[in-house]
Amino acid sequence: MKKIVNDPESVVEDMLDGLISAHPDSLQKLPDTTVITRKDAPITNKVSLVSGGGSGHEPAHAGYIGNGMLDAAVCGEMFTSPTPDQVLEAIKAVDGGAGVFLVIKNYTGDVMNFDMAAELAEAEGIQVEKVVVNDDVAVEDSSFTTGRRGIAGTIFVHKIAGAKAAAGASLEEVRSSAEKAVANVRSMGMALTPCTVPAAGRPSFTLDENEMEIGTGIHGEPGIERKPVAAADAIAEELINKILEDIEFNQGDEAAVMINGMGATPEMELYILNKKVNQLLKERGISTYKTFVGNYMTSLEMAGCSVTLLKLDKELKSLLDAESSAPAFRV
Amino acid sequence: MELNAQDIITWMHKTNERLQNNKDYLTTLDQAIGDGDHGINMARGFKEVVNKLDNENYETASDALRDTAMTVMSKVGGASGPLYGTAFLKLATSLKGIDPVDESSFKTGLEEALAGVKQRGKSDQGEKTLIDVWIPVMELFDNNFSPEKLTDTAEKAMENTKDMKATKGRASYLGDRSIGHLDPGSVSSFYLFTSLADTVKGGE
Ligand SMILES: Nc1ncnc2c1ncn2[C@@H]1O[C@H](COP(=O)(O)OP(=O)(O)OP(=O)(O)O)[C@@H](O)[C@H]1O
Ligand SMILES: [Mg+2]
Repeated sequence: MKKIVNDPESVVEDMLDGLISAHPDSLQKLPDTTVITRKDAPITNKVSLVSGGGSGHEPAHAGYIGNGMLDAAVCGEMFTSPTPDQVLEAIKAVDGGAGVFLVIKNYTGDVMNFDMAAELAEAEGIQVEKVVVNDDVAVEDSSFTTGRRGIAGTIFVHKIAGAKAAAGASLEEVRSSAEKAVANVRSMGMALTPCTVPAAGRPSFTLDENEMEIGTGIHGEPGIERKPVAAADAIAEELINKILEDIEFNQGDEAAVMINGMGATPEMELYILNKKVNQLLKERGISTYKTFVGNYMTSLEMAGCSVTLLKLDKELKSLLDAESSAPAFRV
Repeated sequence: MELNAQDIITWMHKTNERLQNNKDYLTTLDQAIGDGDHGINMARGFKEVVNKLDNENYETASDALRDTAMTVMSKVGGASGPLYGTAFLKLATSLKGIDPVDESSFKTGLEEALAGVKQRGKSDQGEKTLIDVWIPVMELFDNNFSPEKLTDTAEKAMENTKDMKATKGRASYLGDRSIGHLDPGSVSSFYLFTSLADTVKGGE
């Protein structure tokens, strides 16, 4: 393992201190926690947004704190969901009286820890609502299982719910827009190389020089299918087809596109992929309203990508276009 | 069997030792069908548990279990944090006012712990989770209880998870590919219960 770290056990702490040093005017860390909030929190009478999860997905989620997006991010250990007491601290710190909205990725740990925190906050008289993001079409969606994972589509949900809250909407209205975003967002990812959690010291799976894995998650979990590496166009086609099998687009429908890098993929490759994605969407009569290319939801130093489509209507378009001051998502 | 506060502390120390010694092994198991954090989470959490227990005075087993629960809940994280945390908390609540703890009240406590875990995890028997170890273990605590049987039962139950298909937790993303691997949470539960067997046997 070769990484720029000090003690592998203290990577999260060290990272958060560095993050605050980089954004001293807009971000702060709550003392003795791994919670990052906007510096001017709580905003009176605004619904506040809290998200979070395991660390290792930077800039998710602390990079999405800002006007028009999140009010706080709870940063767990590497790939490990944060504990209820930490989430509770975040909720208490940002509640401005209008309630707190939680954006949770659909993982057993995240759902349980955030739910427990919500119960504790409600017992203290804070109104809490939530949405669970499950955009990953690689995983079978079934009520008998854990269901689909939340991956890069979560960033669109932050943006939509955050813009709604910034516009003065009620907790209920924020929830309804967030649910609309969740219902209309789909993603699919792939990996060329695995990643190594510093404290584990070795990668979670191995891929041969000529192999790729389709349907990997963002935690170095093994994917759905392993096969020989294909050209960018074929990868784009496979990811887009899988997404479009799952969500119906009509001629003329508009979509926001996110081509997300997993951490070690050059932007050049993401743009090469985007060229084909854009062409494929055009062929199907889907019009691309806005495209985001970059590292939005990473998996440490994994090489690979995910493609996300958010199907838009008038409301979602205006919320997507609204101002955001978050360092990792400036609009 | 009789358990008092000191026995709970001994139990958690023995569990912690096993978790520290097998941290890498648990990580390897979780890398195969999960995200590779189970060993790290449990080792971090139980180190804090024994720190906490060593620095307080407890009158009853229930009190020691309650602090175990709160520490696990705030230090383990992931899925296993709230699950083990809920289990210890329900056990502590059920054993309130009972000291020392005998087999039958421990069984009732485990039943309530299991109910809590199932509710929190929206899961049940046969889904390749730690529940598959806790159920047969719970059933042991009757008049025929022996520490040897406890270790034996927990070990077999752990091994049985190998052939199961995961339908809950991170391993469920793999579907059929989860078959053939031990469930990491069931292995840590085996450590927990074989440590309890050691504690009941006494010695060391
Ligand atoms: N819904 C559930 N019900 C009961 N037990 C579960 C459930 N989900 C997971 N488990 C148990 O938890 C173990 C995994 O714990 P671990 O600490 O690795 O959590 P995790 O799933 O990686 O959490 P996170 O997603 O936050 O990282 C599994 O081996 C299984 O025994
Ligand atoms: Mg895990």
